[in-house]
Amino acid sequence: MSATREQVFPTRMTLGLMKTKLKGAEQGHTLLKRKSEALTKRFRDITKRIDDAKQKMGRVMQTAAFSLAEVTYATGDNIGYQVQESVSTARFKIRARQENVSGVILPQFESYIDPEINDFKLTGLGRGGQQVQRAKEIYSKAVETLVELASLQTAFIILDEVIKVTNRRVNAIEHVIIPRTKNTIAYINSELDELDREEFYRLKKVQEKKQQEVAKLDAEMQAQKLKEAEEEAKYGESTKSIAEKLEAASLEEGAEEKKDGEEKSELVAETEDDVIF
Amino acid sequence: MEGVYFNIDNGYVEGVVRGYRNGFLTSNQYLNLTQCDTLEDLKLQLSSTDYGNFLSSVSAEGLTTSVIQEHCANKLYNEFNYIRNQLSGLSVKFMDYITFGYMIDNVVLMITGTIHARDKSEILSRCHPLGWFDTLPTLSVATDLESLYDTVLVDTPLAPFFKDCFDNADELDDLNIEIIRNKLYKAYLEDFAAFVSENIPEPSKEIMLELLGFEADRRSINVSLNSLQSDDISDELKRSLLPNLGKCYPVVTEMLAKSHDFESVRASLANVYEFRGILENGNLEDQFYQLEMELCRDAFTQQFAISTVWAWMKSKEQEIRNITWIAECIAQNQRERINNYTSVY
Repeated sequence: MSATREQVFPTRMTLGLMKTKLKGAEQGHTLLKRKSEALTKRFRDITKRIDDAKQKMGRVMQTAAFSLAEVTYATGDNIGYQVQESVSTARFKIRARQENVSGVILPQFESYIDPEINDFKLTGLGRGGQQVQRAKEIYSKAVETLVELASLQTAFIILDEVIKVTNRRVNAIEHVIIPRTKNTIAYINSELDELDREEFYRLKKVQEKKQQEVAKLDAEMQAQKLKEAEEEAKYGESTKSIAEKLEAASLEEGAEEKKDGEEKSELVAETEDDVIF
Repeated sequence: MEGVYFNIDNGYVEGVVRGYRNGFLTSNQYLNLTQCDTLEDLKLQLSSTDYGNFLSSVSAEGLTTSVIQEHCANKLYNEFNYIRNQLSGLSVKFMDYITFGYMIDNVVLMITGTIHARDKSEILSRCHPLGWFDTLPTLSVATDLESLYDTVLVDTPLAPFFKDCFDNADELDDLNIEIIRNKLYKAYLEDFAAFVSENIPEPSKEIMLELLGFEADRRSINVSLNSLQSDDISDELKRSLLPNLGKCYPVVTEMLAKSHDFESVRASLANVYEFRGILENGNLEDQFYQLEMELCRDAFTQQFAISTVWAWMKSKEQEIRNITWIAECIAQNQRERINNYTSVY
């Protein structure tokens, strides 16, 4: 996995791109890691609250079921049916709200009782009305606990999912994207170095060849001069003309030397260029 | 001379009822029941009582509180029907009067179901077996009280009870139904009392009037307490729900009808010796049950009285409630309140 790299052409431009990509990935990694930590904190908090709520629910439901038994004891069998039939509108209602935890939207349920609605207040008028009312209150509490638990459970499931996704992203960035980008950068760098070395060697070779050529030319010219000088001496021309010729030869030589110097500096510049890149 | 001819018609039945009475669970047996850890244990304990092996067909998994209650109740209904079939003449009328109370419940249940367009068979299965009458299933055709009366109820024994119910209820809704139920019950109690005082000889008459009076008082107190929190019931309406019977009638009944808070109800009740402290300590229903059971127990002290049937009936119902309660406590693991039953035998 870490041995892989992206299939890119090793140029300076891709190197630049890769470097920005690495920087972005590292930044993203820290951000996501922080998000994941925040969510996990929240998650633990919710887990604790679910535990509390569940235990509370156990107790409350037990009392509620028992209060129903009391009602049956006081009123008889059919009370449940009577209550069911005399209810037309819900008294206990739920409002849904949204809460934002580090970019995750969690639904929250809020229960409230509509005091206007009191449908079966006359049920058990002749017998057991008080027990019915009491059971009603206890069951309202039980349902309240259920609602609380429901909103916690929903948050639990959603958070769980989101935390998993975030952790997966964090791990992907940490263990795949960053190493791969680094590998690519290393690869591009090594390729570029290789190119540099090749270029340097080539230039050196060119320089060597040039120097050899220059040396050869120099030697030829020297031989020519000597030869000419000997011929001068043989034929015995006037000193003035010899002097003029010598001057011309030295001028020629100077021009050639100058040309050589120019070439040299160019080469140096080229190598310098290479090194810079 | 009273009681000389009693045994001609009712001697056998009285003997049977007294036999049933000896089958009531005693406080010792209750104590054994409360020691049970599971419903299976409870079943075992019950099998050594008068209930016998009434739960033998129920498997261990299917054993729930409601199943136990259902079986107990079925036993009671069978015994009741047996007694009714043994009687003749006025005593049958007396037995019929006992069933009218359940009929009222059934009628109201049918009406409630009809308003909410429930399936007829579903409601019928919930009706009390003792309150069954042939035209009960046809009740669901009615949508308002007038047609209900004209088509169905006029043929039932309940017809006279409905005469007070037509003044305010054109349409049937839940509030009206609850009021109709209580009006019917009031009319029923008064009619029953009138029947007893006219047709039933002493000593049954005395005992029955006492028991019916208690029933009326219990209803009066409950209605006045439970109607405190609803403003829909005016004083006059409330007065029309309170039976003209019992120890509270007439002075305290008037006072109760005018009470609008708990304190004034309590002040009114302070005028009746029997109910003086009833609101102070503990659960009201429990105390009523206790009082009722004491009255029923005392009813057995008189011989040559048909009223023992009523006393037996009520005691048995209480016993079933007790068993259900204990079973419920065992099933829900609420040990601390298991002793909350009412036992007098």
